Amino acid sequence: MADATRARERATAHVVTAHRWRWVEAAPWLVATGAFFLLPDYMTLGTQIVITVMFALSLDLILGFAGIITLGHAAYFGVGAYACGMLSAHLGWTEPVSALFAATLVAAFVGWLSGLVLMRYHGLTLLMLTLSVAILLQQLANTYSDFTGGFDGLTGIYFDPVFGVFEYDLWSHTHYWYALAWLAVVFVVARRIVYSPFGRSLVGIRENALRMHAVGAPVFRRQVAVYTVSAGIAGLSGALFAQANTFVTLDVLGFTRSGIIMIILILGGTGRLYGAFVGAIVYMVLEDELSKLTPEFWEFGVGLALVLVVLFARNGILGLLDRARSLLAERGR
Amino acid sequence: MVKQKSLRTLVAAATAALLLPASANAETVKIGVVMTFSGGAANFGKQIGQGMELFMQEHPEAFGGHTVELIKRDAKHPGGDVAKAAVRELITREKVDMLAGFVFSPNAIASAELVTQGKVPMVVMNAGTAWITKLSPYIARVSFTMWQSGHPMGTYAKETLGCETAAVGYTDYPPGKDSLNAFQTGFEAAGGKVVDAIPMGGPREVPDFTPFFQRVKDAAPDCLYVFVPSGNHAGAVTKTFADLGMRDAGIQLIGPGDITQDTELQGMGDDAVGLVTMHHYSADYDTPQNQAFVSAWKAAYGADSTPDFMAVAGWDGMAAIAHVVKTLDGEIDADAAMEALAGWTFESPRGPIMIDPETRDIVHDEHVHEVVKDGDRLKIKVIDSIAQVKDPCKALKIGKCGE
Repeated sequence: MADATRARERATAHVVTAHRWRWVEAAPWLVATGAFFLLPDYMTLGTQIVITVMFALSLDLILGFAGIITLGHAAYFGVGAYACGMLSAHLGWTEPVSALFAATLVAAFVGWLSGLVLMRYHGLTLLMLTLSVAILLQQLANTYSDFTGGFDGLTGIYFDPVFGVFEYDLWSHTHYWYALAWLAVVFVVARRIVYSPFGRSLVGIRENALRMHAVGAPVFRRQVAVYTVSAGIAGLSGALFAQANTFVTLDVLGFTRSGIIMIILILGGTGRLYGAFVGAIVYMVLEDELSKLTPEFWEFGVGLALVLVVLFARNGILGLLDRARSLLAERGR
Repeated sequence: MVKQKSLRTLVAAATAALLLPASANAETVKIGVVMTFSGGAANFGKQIGQGMELFMQEHPEAFGGHTVELIKRDAKHPGGDVAKAAVRELITREKVDMLAGFVFSPNAIASAELVTQGKVPMVVMNAGTAWITKLSPYIARVSFTMWQSGHPMGTYAKETLGCETAAVGYTDYPPGKDSLNAFQTGFEAAGGKVVDAIPMGGPREVPDFTPFFQRVKDAAPDCLYVFVPSGNHAGAVTKTFADLGMRDAGIQLIGPGDITQDTELQGMGDDAVGLVTMHHYSADYDTPQNQAFVSAWKAAYGADSTPDFMAVAGWDGMAAIAHVVKTLDGEIDADAAMEALAGWTFESPRGPIMIDPETRDIVHDEHVHEVVKDGDRLKIKVIDSIAQVKDPCKALKIGKCGE
């Protein structure tokens, strides 16, 4: 009897305190700042990692929290990248911050529109349909290559310095801080969503959609809502990608990109926000270092690392850390 | 562990310099090599890389006593982003003196603004989109443009092969579209008429060509001009062409020489016999330069391997780099390097080549190839030649080439 009460109290305490910021959560930002001062020559890679973290975060919202599986998330990344790039290349819209907002809105709109159809399905059907959305968009971009630049890429993208002050340099220092600032904003938003009642209801849908229906939760609407937000964030990361590269090709909509971002998230750990950080850093640093070591065979090394993670760390690297911690705690008891 | 050689290919181009007091201070020139070394297109990067290394091995004296260090980076896919990040890193962190490679056009296009900003000369060794050299004053190309084969083929088809009408089938991506435009421009300027242009899917999957070719057969043109990626695409094209009995229906199959790439030719099967293409290189050329090149290749990489036009671009590109290193005595300055490259001439395995001083693009001979059977192997026979072809896209100021 007393045990049950204590268990209930612990559960209540968890609900009350789960959303509070903990000291350890400062770690990614300290790492990001430290990386800048210790490795100033690596900021091109750093910028790519920050953008990938943001993209993985957007996937975590739907895959990790709402349980929506997708193989076409690059669709929204690509829409954001193309929207941002074409605003500059065709309309001469060179103010970077407003262009990012615009691209985010466009991607969110496309996400909402496709979400209205996609969220009616689940399982393999959903997987195939998300894949088709990305393929359709890619073929559309290939067909209208006069506007999109097609396979050869959209050139002529130019953006003014951020707030008219910070010029872009060859070392990507400005891009790094710029992308990192956006990541901080996106992370706070994502974190709020996850710990809000809305976020909890998403977890409910992931765990048991039927029961959520039974308690009267608007499952479909919730799913479309989170899909739209996720598409918007993916679009924002795509737009940052377009600004950092000043170049966009059909590749941004490619299946490889959708697949890799999923691998990155699973590598880090799904449904825990920080998995996006860990996965992106580990995967991209590994890929960068291995491909420098051996431009021909690096894929073997990356593949081997992934196989090991799938075999021995089912819940990703963060899951492995959790297990290590609970093992230590047990031993201490 | 992977071969030490591939970590960082340090080639002692200064073997001669060790023996002779040629240069008082031998410099090490760092060349960043950005190509696709992994994935489905890895063979392209491999061919070019082997061509480069072969030149360094065969002609150490060409570098004027200096050493060249190759720093290789994998550009992975044709998306531009990875290549651009690699170029950025090579310029800022490795502080390379020159850049080389670039298999896919988008990768060269994406990197163009960085070489302008960083003032690093870039030698393009494949990427064939015509307007790439217009993107930066520090880009020179030693490979080819899609227009250099497609446009003269259009003229040749009308004037020599006697085709009044032609249909075009192309893989729906820039090299295909470029080749289509080039052929159509040349063919129609000569008085011919393109009756149908059919996009035949993307570059990855090999489509079933039957419906496309049936449509062509029904239209009954004199010529069918095809651009598809070499290898399994090209093999399927010649097979479908034969299966539908199109030659008996009086249709001549023609194309740019990309579709009869040497490394893929033997796999195309006997149906390829009679295919006529326009190109600047085949390993079967019987010039002394080419025979020396091919035998050096076979000695280095095995009797079964064969160089193709990409390998020759690597060889010629390295020769261009050697010329720059020697002319500037190891002290690479971007403007001086481009000046040295302008008007540079070389006896390449493909024949005499030159870097056009105005466009910094390659000028070379184009040859009309016919696939013939020689014993049990397929062989390229040269049936006609056009001397010193400049890129027609820039000469005619078409689209982005004229901007």
